[in-house]
Formats: sequence, C-alpha cells, structure tokens
Amino acid sequence: MSETSPAIEVSALCKRYGEYEAVRGLDITVRRGEVFGLLGPNGAGKTTTVEILEGYRARTSGDVSVLGHDPASRSIELRRRIGVVLQSGGIYSHITPREALAHWASFYPHPREVGEVLALAGLEPKADVRSRRLSGGELRRLDFALALVGDPELMFLDEPTTGFDPEARRAAWETVRSLRDLGKTILLTTHYLEEAQALADRVAIVKDGRVLAVGAPRELGVGAAHYRVAYRESGGELVERETGDPTTLLHELTGAALARGERLEELSVERPSLEDVYLELTANA
Amino acid sequence: MPDALDGVNPVALCWRQYRLERKMFWRNPSAAFFNFLLPLLFLFGAGAILSGNQRDLNKLIPSIAGMSVMSTTFTALAYNIVFLRERGVLKRIRGTPLPTISYFGGVAANAVTNTALQIAIIVVAGRVFFGIGWPPDPGELVVFLVVGVVCFAALGVAFAHAIPNFESTAAYVNAVFLPVVFVSFFAFDSSSAPGFLRTIADALPLKPLIEGLSGALVSGSGLANNLDALAVIGLWGAFGLYFAVRGFSWEQSRT
Repeated sequence: MSETSPAIEVSALCKRYGEYEAVRGLDITVRRGEVFGLLGPNGAGKTTTVEILEGYRARTSGDVSVLGHDPASRSIELRRRIGVVLQSGGIYSHITPREALAHWASFYPHPREVGEVLALAGLEPKADVRSRRLSGGELRRLDFALALVGDPELMFLDEPTTGFDPEARRAAWETVRSLRDLGKTILLTTHYLEEAQALADRVAIVKDGRVLAVGAPRELGVGAAHYRVAYRESGGELVERETGDPTTLLHELTGAALARGERLEELSVERPSLEDVYLELTANA
Repeated sequence: MPDALDGVNPVALCWRQYRLERKMFWRNPSAAFFNFLLPLLFLFGAGAILSGNQRDLNKLIPSIAGMSVMSTTFTALAYNIVFLRERGVLKRIRGTPLPTISYFGGVAANAVTNTALQIAIIVVAGRVFFGIGWPPDPGELVVFLVVGVVCFAALGVAFAHAIPNFESTAAYVNAVFLPVVFVSFFAFDSSSAPGFLRTIADALPLKPLIEGLSGALVSGSGLANNLDALAVIGLWGAFGLYFAVRGFSWEQSRT
C-alpha cells in the first residue's frame, strides 16, 4: 500500500441498533498526516463511527478501510499501527504511569521510549505515582501516553477534553499538537467548536449519522454566499448583505455613499465562522 | 499470516501480564485480604476450636481447601472482571495488540497461583498443626485442583456477566458464595443433614470438590471412588465455560 493512500476511507457507512440508526450513510476520507475532526452534537454518531474504525463494533453496511485493513477483522497487524484514546478508558488503580507505559510498550514491535513518552505527555513529575492519585487531567495525559507508546501511525481521540476545565483543555490541545508534529494522523471527535477550530486541519460536521459538510475550519463557510457585509444606513437601520464577491459590492456601496456624502457607519466584512456554519447546518438538518 | 510474531511473542506477553496481575494483586490490600487471608483465618480459627478432635479436623481441612479454590477463582475473578469492565480497562486492552489468549492466560495464572499458594499453606498447616499427614494421593489432589480451578474460574467469569455494576458485586458474589459454602460444608460434615440439603449440595460443584480433596488430602480413598464427584464438577465447568465465552463483554453496557 502506498504511503500516499488515505489513512482512513469510509463510504456509505451505516450502523443500526435495533430500530435506531446511529450512522446513516456516512462518508469520510482522512489523509495521512492530517488532524481530522468529527464535529457534531451529542448523539450524532461520532463515537459509533470511531468505534467501528477502531474495531470495537461491527458495521451494518458500508465500506471501511483503516490503513488498508478492514477493522472488523481485528487483525493484530492493524492494532499495532493504531493508538486509541477512548472517551472513558480506565486503568488499574495501583499502577504507576511508568509501569503502565512499560507494560503497554511490550505489546508492540517497535515502541517508543517510556521516558520520552512520559516527557511528551507532561507526566514526568507523576511518573511514579499510582494512577488512583492522579487528577482527571493527568489521567487523560496517561491515556494519550498509552495510545502513543506503541508509536502508531494513526491515533483515534474520542472526545479528548470533555469535562475538562479550560487549563486542562489547553494542556491537552498542546499534547495533540505535539502528536501532529510527530507526523501522526489523528482522527478526533468533539462537540466543542473551538476544539475543532484549534486542532483540526479538516473538519466534518456530523449530525444524525451523516456528514453535512467537510473542509478546513476556515473554509467551511464556502458556499453560495460566503462573505457577509454589514453597515448602518443613515436612517439608522442595520443592513446585512451576503455575497460571493465582496470587492464589487464594497466598491458599489462605498462609491454610492461617497456620492451621497455619507459615511457607512459600522461597516464590516465577515466570513461566516465555523460556528455560523455549524449552527446553521445542525439547526436545519 | 497477519499475526506474524515480529518480535512479540504471545507466551512472553502472557508472562508479562501474569507478573503485572501479581503486582496489582498484592498492591490492593482488601483484595489480598478477602481472597487470600480469609480462608486461612477460617482454617486457624476453626482449627483452634476443633483441636484435639481429629474426626472434625479431618473434615475441616478439605472443606477449607475447597472454599479456598472457590474464593481464589470464582470470587476473585467475578470481582476482577466486573471492576475492570466497569473501569474501561478491558475495553482499553481490547484496543491494543495484546492477544486475548495472552491476557486471559495471565489473569487465569494469577488466580491459579493464589489457589496453589493457599492449598500449599493448608497442606503444610494440616501436617504441622492439625495431625494430618502429607497428602496420601497427590495425583488425585492435582486432578481435583485442576478441574476445580477450571470449573470455578469459568463460573466466576460467567457470573460476572450477571452483575450489573461494581457497587453490587459484593452482594451478588456473596449471595452465591455464602449459601454454597454453607450448604456444602454442612452436607459434607454431617450425615444428619436433611436429605433435600444433601441433594442440593451434591448437585452443586463445591461439595464434590471437597469430597475429592478429602480423598486426596486425608483418606487416600483413591480417584476411582470419586469419579461421580469429578463428573459433577466437570459438568459445572462445561456450563461455566460455555457462558463465560458466549456472554463475555469487554465493556460496560451503556444502559
């Protein structure tokens, strides 16, 4: 398999639990070396999708390829090349991070150095403290460390910062960025917009088990009208106009205003933020 | 071969898992106490009360040995599996390349080590303190221990599926463990036990195990005399293995 083939390819993925359809024809492609975000509200099917890719769940239908493997086969060869950070994965109460990492490293043919992984995850000061004495943020860093110690090509991060305070969240973001800097391909799920914006190279907005839009966070607004020009008329009324060609529109507006000898109060040109797109898509879908 | 070894050997991984399980076991004082010390406290407590009465001591030693097998396998595994499942440790392990066989091999070997240690202590105590010689039939001892361990370990794993959460584990496990121990001890010790109680005890796996261990540790009656007991334990073992494998869940259900 060539190194340029996608890390993950999913097409027409469906997952049904009895009557309930959690995933309904989902398509995504994750390129090698990118951080790809699955963004959507709770219950959108993000975790179900990721757990199918990780090999935890069988799909109902659709095609799935992870590093060239079908994850449903649960091959050891595939599991050696992926790292999984579960939404809530526990660890023995009486194990220290150093011991846990040494044990996990033994599962893999070419693990990273335990000391290096402790440093990367910011766990050096807590390396010899039993896990039951670690804080929530420290346990999350241990999750990252355990997923990283096998030196995987591809990492899955399911809701990596849910329930974190802002400081712990920023620390976790730093860890994710350092994973990207190591060249890892990362698929992360989140329901936090700012997290997708801060971390992901590309984002798929997911709702009701389908992808509504895919793109770089800054470009996701690109659609029919992707600039919003706003100003206040001399009468005091706020006017908003959407356009694909702001240069021409601004030229017309400013020209007309100059000709009338007026000012365009509160003039602004904005591109819809990821938040605008997200709220619009998830409200209408 | 997708599972090419590539420097990672399932047997070596099983050994590493076993060593980790041993370390975790001794670091958890309450587990060490309930799984390990409690039967020994029973042994020395009851042994002291019965001292001088050789007939009762001859009944006590195999009874405690049988209870030890049950507590080190059935009770310990039910607790462990429910805890690790609820904590998400099992699910995390399932996402790694650790072979399932290596994982469960290590977990089972940990339980068997506890069984072996306890039986060794009981045998030595029987020799030194309670007027019972070295086991007259070591072959029968090994056979009953192996079959008993497999049976109760499988039942413990199978029973873990029925326990909804870790908080209720003690209630569920004791609701089985205590009545089974009581009925089996009573039926084994006393020929005056009511008939229905003896019928129940004979159908459960613990009393047959105690009978087999009694033959091995005390009377030397020979394996041939305890084949029906072995058959009962074997049947329970097959039942346990079927449900242990069939119902096994790596994660807490999200209900």
